[in-house]
Amino acid sequence: MSCLSQVYGNASSIHHFGQAAKQKLEAARRQVAALIHASPAEVVFTSGGTEADNLAILGVVRAPSRPQAHLITSAIEHSAVLATAAQLEREGVAVTHLPVSAAGTVNPDDLRRALRPETVLVSIMHANNELGTVQPIADIARIAHEAGVPLHVDGVQALGKIAVDVDSLAVDLYSMSGHKLYAPKGVGALYVRKGTRLAPTTFGGHHERDRRPGTENVPGIAALGAAAELAGRTLTAESERLAALRDRLEASVLDRISGAGINGARWNRTPNTSNIYFDGVDGEAMVIALDLRGFAVSTGSACSSGAITPSHVLIALGLSADRARSSLRFSLGRSNTAEQVDALADALAASVTHLRRISVHA
Amino acid sequence: MPEQPPIAVAMSGGVDSSTVAALLVRQGHKIVGMTMQLWNQRRLPELVPETAGHGRCCSLDDVYDARRVAEQVGIPYYVVNFEKQFEEQVVQPFVEEYLAGRTPIPCTLCNNYIKFDRFLEMADAVGAHYIATGHYARVRYDEPTGRYQLLRARDESKDQTYFLFGLTQKQLARTLFPLGEMVKTEVRELARAMDLSVADKGDSQEICFVPNGDYAAFMSAYLKDKGIAPQATRGAIVTTDGRTIGEHEGVHHFTVGQRRGLGIAAREPLYVISTDPETQRVVVGGNDDLLRGRFIARRVNWISIEGVTAPVRAQVKIRNKHAAAPATVQATADPTCVEVVFEDAQRAVTPGQGAVFYDGDLVLGGGWIG
Repeated sequence: MSCLSQVYGNASSIHHFGQAAKQKLEAARRQVAALIHASPAEVVFTSGGTEADNLAILGVVRAPSRPQAHLITSAIEHSAVLATAAQLEREGVAVTHLPVSAAGTVNPDDLRRALRPETVLVSIMHANNELGTVQPIADIARIAHEAGVPLHVDGVQALGKIAVDVDSLAVDLYSMSGHKLYAPKGVGALYVRKGTRLAPTTFGGHHERDRRPGTENVPGIAALGAAAELAGRTLTAESERLAALRDRLEASVLDRISGAGINGARWNRTPNTSNIYFDGVDGEAMVIALDLRGFAVSTGSACSSGAITPSHVLIALGLSADRARSSLRFSLGRSNTAEQVDALADALAASVTHLRRISVHA
Repeated sequence: MPEQPPIAVAMSGGVDSSTVAALLVRQGHKIVGMTMQLWNQRRLPELVPETAGHGRCCSLDDVYDARRVAEQVGIPYYVVNFEKQFEEQVVQPFVEEYLAGRTPIPCTLCNNYIKFDRFLEMADAVGAHYIATGHYARVRYDEPTGRYQLLRARDESKDQTYFLFGLTQKQLARTLFPLGEMVKTEVRELARAMDLSVADKGDSQEICFVPNGDYAAFMSAYLKDKGIAPQATRGAIVTTDGRTIGEHEGVHHFTVGQRRGLGIAAREPLYVISTDPETQRVVVGGNDDLLRGRFIARRVNWISIEGVTAPVRAQVKIRNKHAAAPATVQATADPTCVEVVFEDAQRAVTPGQGAVFYDGDLVLGGGWIG
């Protein structure tokens, strides 16, 4: 809060008000850099994960102008990546979407086969938002780099949930979102490895080393810095706690509810995410029934009007449309407890029984 | 005492259903608001006018309005997606009916299969017993017959019972029409008094998914979207005595009783008397040729009575804007059909439309005109 009232200055100004803001900004940059083992100069603040993804992909693909360009991404990316790739496709860039296995991961050999001489960027997410599955980023980076192609990783769902070291993963660009770290919504960051060619996608001032012109959201960035520091300190303990809660939920569901199962691999996931199908149950009805009981869960991603369409991630995994519509995504967080998880399992068992009895079909 | 189950309110974002939600909250009921997402306007972009106004089905504006009202009155609110069912059970039959030379009423199908069926299922799913909508109509339980009766709305100009003749006893037993005893001006006043943001919003158009009522343009765009090549629909315009007097672009452009758009100059005004998709012929004639004294209503649904054995006196309405005309409704050999015999012949009895049988305010039942 102090940032809202006391640090009033514009961080680009010379006067002392501006200097105080600049100090906050740079302290946050160090905090975020420390969380991902980067150097502070490699961190560019943005308005959130979506802008970070846009800046990374558009910035690299458009950096030098080429007659032909090719982008490789996966079928299960967040829409911030998929929609940006679709825009580039409309502009004449070739785009390959790598498939995923039933486990929910990209096969690095598929990447090897998809690379072309004109490939300019590989963009693969770190952890999938709907499944939690962690992609083999280090292998992907090695293959991309062997071909001389930089790698962008959408890390929005992984940061703060699993350890992230941009050096050992050897990624060139890494997108981050503030609110996934419990910072306010509307702030994020992009890691850009030193030496990566990145053209700005917005134009104006010289903020963020010319990479992201526009007055910085100093209060949001300061909060992101603090959140990053806290996440770094609590990561190991919190990950273990969340994984135990998630396993408790899944064990309870699989034990009590027939015709239910986990979507995607159960190993190598972020600790907070679980995606479960309940055959013969309309996921949309279940989300509403659970919300009315005080549990906020989701199906796939919400469409613009707020209504729900089958998840592209679950379809890419090979699920039938019916099973995709019968699936729910559970995300656990800092404030969740074992008691809540047990109450959720009770509510799930009751809702599934009720919905199957009245046979609302997906 | 067990907690009362919530009432699921179908909220379109318009003034009527918004007032229903606010009114029920004021009466102390527990409410869940839901908007049915039925049709994606972006699917046939060529039909969307540049000046996108109100009254389009399921626009983002309507969802926004409904959500805002729900926030204002403090109820949980959800958008439920019934696009697949709506297309299969309302839009496709609508297109097929027109291509078959009939004049469909999609609102009745929507009520039968979406609003009072799929929505009721969703209400069940979330633990609601009753559903409430902003329809102008009344429901009452009649002890002596043990039936749920459907009655015309107090506001005759807004009465929507013509579109509700397909409702079953099971559906009516769980339906609330809180606006049935109110006139529209009262509803608007009430909405204003409760400070609802939609109090002065315009009324919706007749067929929600057809922009500007141009159903022929809708059909062309829809068939193209489905990859169905437009069939050869050109045909002859003939008179009742068999003379060919012109050509047309397809029977689906015509509805019985239509006068305009024939493209033929004649001494006497010409009207469409019938259409025949088999031969692609449109038969035209004078106003008197449109008169029919009797017709068969099919797939009859009975509401306030169990059925007819002996002939029953009724007033029968053959389209929404028709003033119900005195008639006798009598059984036929087929128990799903009845014959309607008017006291005075009626103009333009149109295949595909509904025939609704009234006894005063009471809706006895209704069927489909052959």
